[in-house]
Amino acid sequence: MALNIVACIKQTPATTSIQIDPSTGQILSEGATYAISPFDEYALEEGIRLKEKITGSWVAVLTMGPPRAEEILREAIARGADSVYHLCDAAFENSDTYATSYILSKAIRKIQQDKGKIDLVICAKQTNDSDSGQVGPGLAGWLDWPNVSFVKKIAEITDKKIGVERMMEDGTDALEMELPALICVVKEINEPRLPSLKGKMAAKKTAIAKWTAADIGADAAKIGQQGSPTAVIERASPPRRSGGTRIEGGTLEEKAKKFVDKLKELKLL
Amino acid sequence: MLLTLDHEFSDEQKEIIKLARELAEKKVKPARSECDEKEKFPVEVVEDIKKADLFGVYLPQEYGGFGGANTELCLVTEELAKACGGIALCVAASALCGLPILMFGTEEQKKRWLPQLASAQKLGAFTITEPDAGSDATATQATAKKDGDYYIINGLKNFCSNGEVAGIYTLFASTNPARGPRGITAFVVEKGTPGFSFGKKETKMGIRASPTYELVFKNCKVPATNRLGEEGHGLFVAQATFDFSRPGVGAQALGIAQGALDETIKYTRTRKQFGQTVISFQAIQHMIADCATKIETARALLYSVNRVMDRTIKQAVTKSLSSGKSVYDEMRSLRSDRLTKYSAMVKLSCSETAMQVTTDCVQMCGGIGYMRDFPVEKYMRDAKITQIYEGTSQIQKNEIAMMIIKEYAAGARAAKELVGA
Repeated sequence: MALNIVACIKQTPATTSIQIDPSTGQILSEGATYAISPFDEYALEEGIRLKEKITGSWVAVLTMGPPRAEEILREAIARGADSVYHLCDAAFENSDTYATSYILSKAIRKIQQDKGKIDLVICAKQTNDSDSGQVGPGLAGWLDWPNVSFVKKIAEITDKKIGVERMMEDGTDALEMELPALICVVKEINEPRLPSLKGKMAAKKTAIAKWTAADIGADAAKIGQQGSPTAVIERASPPRRSGGTRIEGGTLEEKAKKFVDKLKELKLL
Repeated sequence: MLLTLDHEFSDEQKEIIKLARELAEKKVKPARSECDEKEKFPVEVVEDIKKADLFGVYLPQEYGGFGGANTELCLVTEELAKACGGIALCVAASALCGLPILMFGTEEQKKRWLPQLASAQKLGAFTITEPDAGSDATATQATAKKDGDYYIINGLKNFCSNGEVAGIYTLFASTNPARGPRGITAFVVEKGTPGFSFGKKETKMGIRASPTYELVFKNCKVPATNRLGEEGHGLFVAQATFDFSRPGVGAQALGIAQGALDETIKYTRTRKQFGQTVISFQAIQHMIADCATKIETARALLYSVNRVMDRTIKQAVTKSLSSGKSVYDEMRSLRSDRLTKYSAMVKLSCSETAMQVTTDCVQMCGGIGYMRDFPVEKYMRDAKITQIYEGTSQIQKNEIAMMIIKEYAAGARAAKELVGA
């Protein structure tokens, strides 16, 4: 048994606090440094781990983005990706999650044509810039494959099916899907590795091909601004969290009682 | 993050810095406090350093290394030491074992041990110190008695860094006690050799993530093919090793100093007293300026001495590969002078800087700086050892002065000969 895997990753600003210009609603990118979106590191890592565990498997890494996004594909090679694909075309600009997932699905179809059947696509639960969490499930929709989001563990995988654990607020769901399938992973799934020096050097020398809309046979009406039904009305930083309520009291027992009373008052108990 | 002067590193060297820095931030920093507190060797972090290929940066590609030399080793050590001087030591201490093998080993010896050190399949350790032979290595008591194709080693070594976690040890023992210093010989001993065991684990003030052990040799039978260099050349092997390894301690010291200063600046920018940030006081600003200047000065010396050493080692390795002579012999044919003076100056300058800077950093952070749950006091404890091991600061000064006196004497002799001619 060998698995053919694609991990989808995105280059985003290397920070968890994205700055937004309040007057224009645009994400401030000036002076920003870019890296693999932190959540995508787990998707990439899981792909590499599966490939290392199951002999004969390979993992391809796919990204869509401007020319600078090539850097994260080199990083992916340095960490152990077998091949990388860069979707880079001005026609892709301003694609929303709907158009983006369409473009990615076309690219995955092309990888299938070039390299053979793909068994599993791994995405992260969301990126750290737009935070929507829609591209993974959307991509599964375009591919017409089953998918599970918030995957914290691959419990078992064969060439026919995958068993996963989904992290929910109230516990864990155990789910099974037939392959090919798509999963969106959460950070609890693994601990991403760092690249190796030899991997970095090899990645420097790798030529990375760029795919345009024409290369993947994307319908011009479905990509970019015109292919995006989403309209961004407003962008703003979320309000800062308030400091919370401090429960005062002389003794621990007194504080505990006040706390319970408060919970009752809020009808939480 | 402080900007430092552009030392015109190669692309490869810049990648090493980037990778080591990332590893220090993501893996070393989260582990350092527990390792320090529990005096624990961080097996997982070492595994990460190993997977990142950072153990073999200083070794030639022919022996499984990355193809760098002193600069590469020092960049890794410095970056890791910015996060934890103790964890960084596992790389430098392993290299201290590899250097004498690279310089004095036969082709067979180099092929046997260096790839294992380069990949960190086994860590290395270097052991010369004994209870009665510290700064005075000539007082070595351990003996190695020739017995056919073997040597039988007996004696105690102490304060061995990478203690029981190493697999390959370079060791110094006397093959001819009657000849005193000229009877000392270098050997390579592997863990698991019958008669070689571990004694006491030391509890230390700093670098507590690095295990320091006593090594016990009781009729330990080592093949004669494990002898490094000629019989009686041991002290020479040690001295030549120190000439090239001391910058490694310098890099560790510098990393410690920089790490402490980075933490201090971060803290003093946010800590408020008398209604303003602590960093806005000129008293603190002057201390920061002094610390940063000392670090930059020491760093400039370290990097420039390394460049000279890199050239020498790389040329000697290339020549040795075709001539079959030892790398050290090729080094001697390339340059008649030894680099002892500069090597000692680097170590002296970096380690004194580390002690002064970290002490000032604790001072600048005040009460919190003295507390165990804030990282600055650890930097100060870690800094101290850099003034002691691989030759105390006083020994470095002896060496510097001795080389200067020799140089002047040689100059005077040459002038006399010129007049005579």
